[in-house]
Amino acid sequence: MTRLHELLPGQRGRILMIEGSDHVARRLQEMGLLEGDTIEVLALAPLGDPMEVRVGDSRLSIRKREAQRVIVSDLSGADERRSQ
Amino acid sequence: MRAPQDFTSADRKPGEKASPLAQDAKPVETASVLPRAGVMRAALVGNPNTGKTTLFNALCGLRQRTGNYPGVTVEIKKGQFTVGNRQVELVDLPGTYSLSPRSPDEMLAVELVLGLRQDEPAPDVLVCIADASNLERNLYLTAQLLELGRPVVLALNMMDLVARQGREIDTALLQERLGIPVVPIQANKKLGLERLKQTLLESVQNGPPPRPTVFPEAFETEVNNIARWLSEHAGLRQARETDTEATRADGGRAGSQNSETDAEVWPRFLLYRLLLDRSGSVEKYFGERYGNELLHQVEEARSRLAEQGINLAGLEPRVRYAWLRQQLRDCVRQVRPPAISWTDRLDRLLTHKLWGSLIFLALMLAVFWSIFSGAEPLMHLLEWSISTIGEHLADWLLPEPGMLRSLFLDGIVKGVGSVVVFLPQIMILFGFIAVLEDCGYMARAAFLMDKLMAKCGLSGKSFIPLLSSFACAIPGIMATRVIEDRRDRLATILIAPLMSCSARLPVYNLMIATFIASSTALGHWLPALVLLSMYLIGIILAPVVAWALKRTVLRGETPVFMLELPPYKVPALSLVIYRMVDRGWAFLRRAGTLILASMVIVWALLYFPRAGTTADGREIDYEAECSRLLREMDRAEDETTKAELQSRWLELQGQWRRQSWLGRAGRWLEPLVRPLGWDWRIGMAALASFPAREVVVGTLGIIFDVGEQVEDEAESRLLREQLQQAEWEDGTGRRLFTVPVALSLMVFFALCSQCVSTLAVIRRETNSWRWPIFTFVYMTGLAYLGALLTYQVGRWFAGS
Repeated sequence: MTRLHELLPGQRGRILMIEGSDHVARRLQEMGLLEGDTIEVLALAPLGDPMEVRVGDSRLSIRKREAQRVIVSDLSGADERRSQ
Repeated sequence: MRAPQDFTSADRKPGEKASPLAQDAKPVETASVLPRAGVMRAALVGNPNTGKTTLFNALCGLRQRTGNYPGVTVEIKKGQFTVGNRQVELVDLPGTYSLSPRSPDEMLAVELVLGLRQDEPAPDVLVCIADASNLERNLYLTAQLLELGRPVVLALNMMDLVARQGREIDTALLQERLGIPVVPIQANKKLGLERLKQTLLESVQNGPPPRPTVFPEAFETEVNNIARWLSEHAGLRQARETDTEATRADGGRAGSQNSETDAEVWPRFLLYRLLLDRSGSVEKYFGERYGNELLHQVEEARSRLAEQGINLAGLEPRVRYAWLRQQLRDCVRQVRPPAISWTDRLDRLLTHKLWGSLIFLALMLAVFWSIFSGAEPLMHLLEWSISTIGEHLADWLLPEPGMLRSLFLDGIVKGVGSVVVFLPQIMILFGFIAVLEDCGYMARAAFLMDKLMAKCGLSGKSFIPLLSSFACAIPGIMATRVIEDRRDRLATILIAPLMSCSARLPVYNLMIATFIASSTALGHWLPALVLLSMYLIGIILAPVVAWALKRTVLRGETPVFMLELPPYKVPALSLVIYRMVDRGWAFLRRAGTLILASMVIVWALLYFPRAGTTADGREIDYEAECSRLLREMDRAEDETTKAELQSRWLELQGQWRRQSWLGRAGRWLEPLVRPLGWDWRIGMAALASFPAREVVVGTLGIIFDVGEQVEDEAESRLLREQLQQAEWEDGTGRRLFTVPVALSLMVFFALCSQCVSTLAVIRRETNSWRWPIFTFVYMTGLAYLGALLTYQVGRWFAGS
């Protein structure tokens, strides 16, 4: 299971689930992070956190702590590479 | 409180238009749905970064004003424009992604849009502005507005970006799908505005759009249950309403308008929020009015839904976006390949680990330098102009020396000068902020700094305000309005004064030059080291204080630190100028009066009593004596006489001020400041500097008979000598100023809150007296402890 915060710049994933049932989860979804959508990591801030991601037409900055809630399927093949 | 309005009866079938003449609507509501002759009310809502402010300005021009609501720190702008022969009043609501309030600020927007406030009727039409280049996310808010049962008009802005994306939007189809008029505009070029204004008029006449069916039936059933419960328990609310906060917030009209209604119907949208937003503002709102019984009902409803597999947290976004995607099918077509996205290219540079950081540092340095040094010539010019004009006015109106002239020159003119002097820094900072914000870079700056700020418990948006506070906390605190989260904003405001501002430099310089430079330890590195330490004290304490505040006074839920990085665009000059002038004027109007008042008060405390008894028992009128000496100095012909008279005048000034009310207060406070190594004279100087820190140098000058103007080399050398030779008045011949004393004075000024302008701005930005008072108390406490520690430890080290 890959989480968003583990992805690196250039990697993409399809959102499988947003963990949690609090306002944080709701806010992530309101901003367009919905199940089935593709999310792409554009950059990491100099200190490694937060992440700049693209989902739909939006560019968002998300802290890794919140990105952790987003479970993705890795579309860039890193999952397979890792298991090899 | 006004009777809540029923615009969406729970029994209406989906797709059915709300009829203004529905049977269960009460007469007063019918009237408010039909267009009123007279002023039409409109509310402007939309996501942040959609050009809302530009649209608002384009529609209303200069006919706008800002208003404050108690308990809320966000300012609401209201403006006016005309369409044909109708006047329209437009309320600009803060940008938001969703009407799901979690703070009083956000709740205010919901209250205004639904007309729940005592003195604010609901708007006749809602104007939703959307960034057409990011349609789906923007329309989320629009979809929520459709549930409110009011006419909605969608303004699609940034159509030029859409063209660049190679897309085309079928606005006719969109209009059909959403059930509301859709008007493409380009606010920065004022395109489409006339059509928008016309559409507003028409939509009020046409009435509200059909409410979309978005939620599953089980959910709607539970909402019906709650609605029923509420109307059955209306009496509960009237009973509670006599003395709760609810009535105070609503303007105190407890239940008087409800006495006719037994059945009470709340807007359905509000009930959605009640059920969906666990521990949100709406839950609190209803809890205050109906008590725990209601909350219990709500919890039960939530559990029943959970049992049926409906996860409430994700429900609304999921169903709304699903509905939206349905409606948006075929509305947006890609007709050309998209043009090169400048935003992506720029971002690769500007958020780059190395280059991005360097560019950021360079930019921040530029901003800082311009408020620290760049503004100086302007500030000096302003000060000089005001004092020159003041003097000429005084010579013309109050030529005779006396109380009035002194009040005018030393109180009022000085006061006005001390207010106006901040304008250059404020306007320059806001000019920069406006440019950075409008072009889109601001979000990237927050992105780069977020981790660092997170270590202090804050977020990236706090960086620029805190950085600016190193030059001056006033523009810095005003700049915190970019921080949306209320707790974060407050925390940033409260620690901003800890950043050693430029006004502390005169104190540091004086103490260091007088007492540190002469000491031989560590050679000429010592003064620089001491200066750096003073800055570090603030920098190190700030995160600690922020952390403490967030655990205690500012306790609350951690916000979600998501930030949108908008597409880059060329900033509009008119918007930049607008922001500069707007903030400058806001400062003058709201903080200026407070600052002026306090300068006059301190003047009075230093002036009175103006007559007293000298050491040898003689009665003396200080004002008269000093005036006489000044007149003699004018008449004097040779330099020696002049110099003698001058020093006699300075001595007299010193005597006078030392026996003034402020001086007496200083004496009275002496036991309190002794542990800091101070005597009453230093205490008096600290008291006198309440309006502004740099006054302490001038006051020390007066107290030690050197005079207030300590600007040129000779005068400051004289002051330094006087300070070095000053002795305790107990006859022991002990030096007053030792190194530990100098250090404790510096530490006190590093941490103290001796700046009424800062407090006035805090009052303005937080819209309450509580926070400036709190700031003053906590900082003075910190300063006292710091000075105490410094002195006692220093003394122990020095072995004296």
